[in-house]
Amino acid sequence: MSSESEKPDAKYRHDEDGGPDPEAHGGHGRGGMGEEVKRKEDRRFITGRGNYVDDIKKDGMLHCEIVRSPHAHARIEQIDTERAEAMDGVVAVLTAEDLAAYELATMPTLMDDTQDVLVSDKVKFQSQEVAAVIAEDRYVAKDGAQKVRVHYDTLDSVVDAEKAMAEDAPLVRDDIEGQEDNHIFTWETGDEAATDRAFDEADVTVEQDMYYQRIHPAPIETCGCVADWDTANEQMTVHLTSQAPHAHRTLFSMVSGIPEHKVRIVSPDVGGGFGNKVPIYPGYVVAAAASYVLGRPVKWMEERSENIQTTHFARDYEMTGRIAATEDGEITGVDVDVLANHGAYNAAAQPSKFPAGFFKIFTGSYDIEAAHGTLDAVYTNTAPGGIAYRCSFRVTEAVYLIERLVKVLAQELDMDPAEVRRKNFIPKEAFPYESATGWTYDSGDYERALDKALESVDYDGLREEQQRRIEADDDKLLGIGLSTFTEIVGAGPGKQCDIAGIEMFDSAEIRVHPTGKATVRIGVQTQGQGHETTFAQIVAEELGMDVQDVEVEHGDTDTEPYGLGTYASRSTPVGGAATAVAARKVREKAKKIAANELEVDAADVVWDRESGSFHVTGAPDRGVTMTEVAAASYMNSPVDEEPGLEAVDYYDPPNMTYPFGAYVCVVEVDRETGEVDIRQFYALDDCGNRINPMIIEGQIHGGLAQGIATAMLEEVTFDDNGNVTAGDFMNYLLPTAMEIPHMDTDYTVTPSPHHPIGAKGVGESPTVGSPPAVVNAVVDAMSHAGVRHLDMPMTPDRVWDTLDEAGLTLDPADRLDLGGDSGGDAEDASAD
Amino acid sequence: MTEKTITLTINGSERELDVEPRLLLVHAIREDLDLTGTHIGCDTGNCGACTVYMDGQAIKSCLLFAAQADGSEITTVEGMADHADAGRGKSDLHPIQEGFREMHGLQCGYCTPGMIMASKALLDANSDPSEGEIREGISGNLCRCTGYQNIVKSVQYAADVLNDREPPESPVEHEESATAAADGGTDCGSGCGCDAGFEAGGPDAPPAALDAPSRDPDGARDGGAEGGERR
Repeated sequence: MSSESEKPDAKYRHDEDGGPDPEAHGGHGRGGMGEEVKRKEDRRFITGRGNYVDDIKKDGMLHCEIVRSPHAHARIEQIDTERAEAMDGVVAVLTAEDLAAYELATMPTLMDDTQDVLVSDKVKFQSQEVAAVIAEDRYVAKDGAQKVRVHYDTLDSVVDAEKAMAEDAPLVRDDIEGQEDNHIFTWETGDEAATDRAFDEADVTVEQDMYYQRIHPAPIETCGCVADWDTANEQMTVHLTSQAPHAHRTLFSMVSGIPEHKVRIVSPDVGGGFGNKVPIYPGYVVAAAASYVLGRPVKWMEERSENIQTTHFARDYEMTGRIAATEDGEITGVDVDVLANHGAYNAAAQPSKFPAGFFKIFTGSYDIEAAHGTLDAVYTNTAPGGIAYRCSFRVTEAVYLIERLVKVLAQELDMDPAEVRRKNFIPKEAFPYESATGWTYDSGDYERALDKALESVDYDGLREEQQRRIEADDDKLLGIGLSTFTEIVGAGPGKQCDIAGIEMFDSAEIRVHPTGKATVRIGVQTQGQGHETTFAQIVAEELGMDVQDVEVEHGDTDTEPYGLGTYASRSTPVGGAATAVAARKVREKAKKIAANELEVDAADVVWDRESGSFHVTGAPDRGVTMTEVAAASYMNSPVDEEPGLEAVDYYDPPNMTYPFGAYVCVVEVDRETGEVDIRQFYALDDCGNRINPMIIEGQIHGGLAQGIATAMLEEVTFDDNGNVTAGDFMNYLLPTAMEIPHMDTDYTVTPSPHHPIGAKGVGESPTVGSPPAVVNAVVDAMSHAGVRHLDMPMTPDRVWDTLDEAGLTLDPADRLDLGGDSGGDAEDASAD
Repeated sequence: MTEKTITLTINGSERELDVEPRLLLVHAIREDLDLTGTHIGCDTGNCGACTVYMDGQAIKSCLLFAAQADGSEITTVEGMADHADAGRGKSDLHPIQEGFREMHGLQCGYCTPGMIMASKALLDANSDPSEGEIREGISGNLCRCTGYQNIVKSVQYAADVLNDREPPESPVEHEESATAAADGGTDCGSGCGCDAGFEAGGPDAPPAALDAPSRDPDGARDGGAEGGERR
């Protein structure tokens, strides 16, 4: 997908002053592109002066506690609030009836569904919101919530997507007119006829079912807000754990009816988001409604169990993938069917024209002529979701599918998986590349990345060790897993991608002050990515400034320019582009002011990035620094120029960016216990031009840890009654420092040709690329015995079962007997 | 509910509080004492965001009632910069705090105060821990952003400073061959003339940035030092 848009700012997309000297990489020495600048935001966090939503205290602030359903599926017969209302310190108890008076009992989702804010008739998943207690104190609010009596008539529930499609399945959404089953929509992509032909003509076809389990982003800070209706100014201020403050302002205004200029969303420091803080949740609406009704600030902060059980989950795709290939391993077609569990509401937060997100990038890094996919989404009695958890709208599921299928094909053909990949890579000279499902990949050099990865880990040596262990009947099997993935990030373009109709551009505003320091305001929102540093580096690079002289602001809709927020790795591809373009607009004006100062024509002035100054062509000693130009723009402005030195840019990207990587995971699988030990994880990422190597490496570490956790530990599970059985940190297993191995990072640089600074975005690649590397490694360790697949999370019991079915398990007793001399007993045991 | 009067010595100052018996220590610290650097992340004692240093130990302040802490001495993250070891590195901060910054041991910052306090208890008990000991020492604290690798380095950095060794300048493991071509490096096809020097659109034309020679390692080290001085 690519739109050759010619927006007025297109001329700034390429640096007419030539850009930095590619030979003198590493910036200009004052914190520009490629330099390792320590993070500017860190001091407040390490001294305990961060400002998160729960840190906010306001005079007269009330606390909101939500009464939740213990049942996954039940009719509400009666809600008895009197005992709670009678409690000292309880100010109000709200139910759907109260909210209905303000038309706030339900809210629209981004996928054209309607979600209950508080339920009046039927709860559809466990822990769904039923009532809210507003009290003077958070303890009293909890006491009050316990006193609210709700009488339920329980119904049979269904949590599994496949069972939800059965004819006799309980109907989750009997509130929707004409809805007679749990099916939501069918989505289709690609060319079915061509794909059928490819399969008919194929030498070899393989097919594999795989389940990408339901997981949760689980940022360490849960979701919450402080809503404050100012009765004097009739203005609503909401401090919100938000990844997209402006989009949330617009949605808040649309839902509440409060005019948008009277709504202010402030997203202060955000304690991790990973997609979890993109949607609007009922708690926000309840707190805002309560503040409006009571005229006092109201705080609502989730507990961890509420976060995992009710806010948006990720994945939950049951996939069947098929590959058609020639006998020498050339892939000729790929076909996929997906059953997608969307929970009780169709509420995925993604561009409205993409009901399956960007899943149709399932041809991956490979030049595959024919591709076809279908997807059916279903309602179940589970929390709504399908959020892009550190992922660009379902690309994670797509990458998992194709990277697993390639491994399955390699096994079928008895070829090395690295060889199958190499044979099918989109060649670097084919970029920009049009994929069979309609994307336009901007740039890539996959073979170089794979070569570097294989050499770095001594792939041949690993394969030899693997064989040696098999031959020696070693206790531990070695597995080597590859993943050579391509991401798709940086949505827009605005004509294709929108949120609630708003085109997915992003923005930056730069103000250079008379003393030569700059304030930069951006429309994207950091949740730990380090924007206050990296965006300052972009400006420092483009304006020749010292990075310490640039301050970046974000997260306040009253002061920042409109932006769509941070998710889908779009900050650098879109917001970073806007920042670079805004800086170039500043530089263009600065050049005219410099010409005035130097008393020459602007055409005779050149920009010197290294020194951060303008000088007269051919006379480097006749120059003015950017600081002097800044002063002149306020104190000696040219007669034909406006005073001041500012610019704003709203950047609509002409295409998305396509970062890629080559990952190698090396595991040891214990044949006695089924335990998987990740001996090495090597990650080569190509995110185009690099802004700050330290921050990039940190992003990759974090993403890898989440991907490894997905493969090894995490799953939101349910019992048959719809109870969430892994709904807190006791049971939903986040990895600690003990479970995450040392990770080796590496990179190549293949710049994006359409991005102003050639960058592609990096935060999500490792989460997307690593799960198949881990699964491929574990399967690889057992593939000599015919094992072809196992589902995530690969817990020891699941791995042991797979080992056992393949005849690979070792009985610990045998090992003990080897060193034992206890006579008859040992003989008996070995005879078994 | 009957309130109980307790006395806490927090970050060196003695404070008297009237608390409900059921008030959690973390809420007393955050809401009664307004020390919001100590965070809440889970309610089940798993995440460690609420870790404080109490009477010589790292404790999870969500697992203790404030009343149980009566008479104890508590240090929170806010008190670290006033600690006797503060200023021993290159900044005014405690070497652990400085380590987190220099080694990029934090991203969103939410788990960081708890991590810093857990690290303090770890280093008090073991002034020069191995990587394995650090990983075990912080295993009661969850971080969702960093993958822990740079947190380990942050603690090692602090151990270096506290043992009078020169700490590393950078956590980056792959610094060589850094390249940056701010203009995209490849031809855009729009004929704008950027990156003149290789044939536009030629299939064999390598992006300029890719042919750049590797960064000279001494230069790289200098660059790192410069970055390190900034704050």
